[in-house]
Amino acid sequence: MRREIPLIITAIVGFTYIIQFFVPHWPFNILEGLLTSWMLIIFAFAIWLGALNLLKVSLDKISKRSRDWPYAIITIAGFLMIAIPGFLFSGGRRFQDPGTAFDYIYQNVYSPLSSTMFAMLAFYVASASYRAFRARTKEATLLLLAAFFVMLGRVPIGDVLSSFLPEGYRMSQMADWIMNYPQTAGQRAIMIGIALGIVSTSLRLILGIERSHLGGE
Amino acid sequence: MFDKLLKIDRRIIFIFVALALIVPMFLTITQHISVSPEVQIIYDTLKGLQPGSKVLMAFDYDPPSAPELQPMAVAILKYCFKNNLKVYIIGLWPQGPMQANMAIDNVISDPTFKDNPPIYDKDYVNLGFMSGNELVIQGMGSSFLHTFPRDYLGKPTHQLEMMKGVNNFSNIDFIVNLSAGYPGTVEWVLFAVDRFHAKLAAGNTAVQAPQVYPYVHAGQLSGLAGGLKGAAELEKLVGFYGKGTKFMLSQSFAHMIVIVFIIVGNAAYFITRKK
Repeated sequence: MRREIPLIITAIVGFTYIIQFFVPHWPFNILEGLLTSWMLIIFAFAIWLGALNLLKVSLDKISKRSRDWPYAIITIAGFLMIAIPGFLFSGGRRFQDPGTAFDYIYQNVYSPLSSTMFAMLAFYVASASYRAFRARTKEATLLLLAAFFVMLGRVPIGDVLSSFLPEGYRMSQMADWIMNYPQTAGQRAIMIGIALGIVSTSLRLILGIERSHLGGE
Repeated sequence: MFDKLLKIDRRIIFIFVALALIVPMFLTITQHISVSPEVQIIYDTLKGLQPGSKVLMAFDYDPPSAPELQPMAVAILKYCFKNNLKVYIIGLWPQGPMQANMAIDNVISDPTFKDNPPIYDKDYVNLGFMSGNELVIQGMGSSFLHTFPRDYLGKPTHQLEMMKGVNNFSNIDFIVNLSAGYPGTVEWVLFAVDRFHAKLAAGNTAVQAPQVYPYVHAGQLSGLAGGLKGAAELEKLVGFYGKGTKFMLSQSFAHMIVIVFIIVGNAAYFITRKK
């Protein structure tokens, strides 16, 4: 029964969602609303579960002195530094209002730190491009040329450099062409492949063929 | 010499990139920003809305993506408030409503709105963050009030003036999704557009934009602004120049530096290979 009950729930919920997509009328519209509300509640609990799990994993790491355990202290300190002012010293429900302790931390600590982490990519991308973008093969040359046109076409200086070319052949227009045709064609192929994969995996789950998520064999 | 060039210390590249990013911030060079057809569609759709029309803005990003997406948010908000469009803000990312607040603050500090600043529950409402990813969009298709029982200030949404007559997507004239990943534009297309036939435009980070191009061609997206260039294009169209335009110069120089390094690297590679 440990395996059958989850399989039955999966099948009922899966079929309900499929049917209500094509038949959005009673009773399927009611069922859809009910199931969506349940799932939103589960999502909300999942956030709590995630936060508690983060604490548990980090505390375990510290107590066992596992590899890189000092970073776990920073994780917990960061978690508490934003959670405690948010819950206790930011005016309750209006914790996101301008001027609260939570808002102060968000604007002056979280926002600049996370932006800095992301901004560092610019440096690593430049360094990686220098080393990796080599015209070693025909395919690599094509990639290199596409990158050249898109990078220059996506900034105003590209049109300045290509202003001597006739209308329709300037950098921005070349970049638009690459994005709209070869790039979109490739994306479509990937998207259709992913969609077919999702459909087949979903059907296997709903029909109970795929059971690995339930554990066991 | 060319061998040394191939093994150049990455810190030298970092210095060049840093200079390319920082120096242009102190320069005042006027740049011509060409508008792509995808961004023009967003502006044309906004322009076609009657005063009082309802625009839903979904802030699905966090601070790392703000340099690209925040200028888009500010430009669209300024256009909406100037043209008396009602703005409904939500976030599928927890940080989204905070980013929306920062964008609203930016609008309020603009001298254009000094005498007529946007007023909460008259010009805009912020329904806050709701966990549940695409299920939130699905829930909004049935009922906004049910999905967002309270706004981000904690006030029951049914008491908000702007929520009167707003039940689901059929009461919204235009949706603008500013997205940096999941949940984001793909989910809005799959649920709000395909399922509930809403009219949607998107502002994406430069990394994410290529992924949603097929939706523009299929007519599922009414416009797409990609990266800082998209933000600069939007600013040009709505007539409010901000950080999108300002930072384009830095981006121009940075791209140039990367291209110069790639050319130098390839030249050194071919010369050493011949040897």
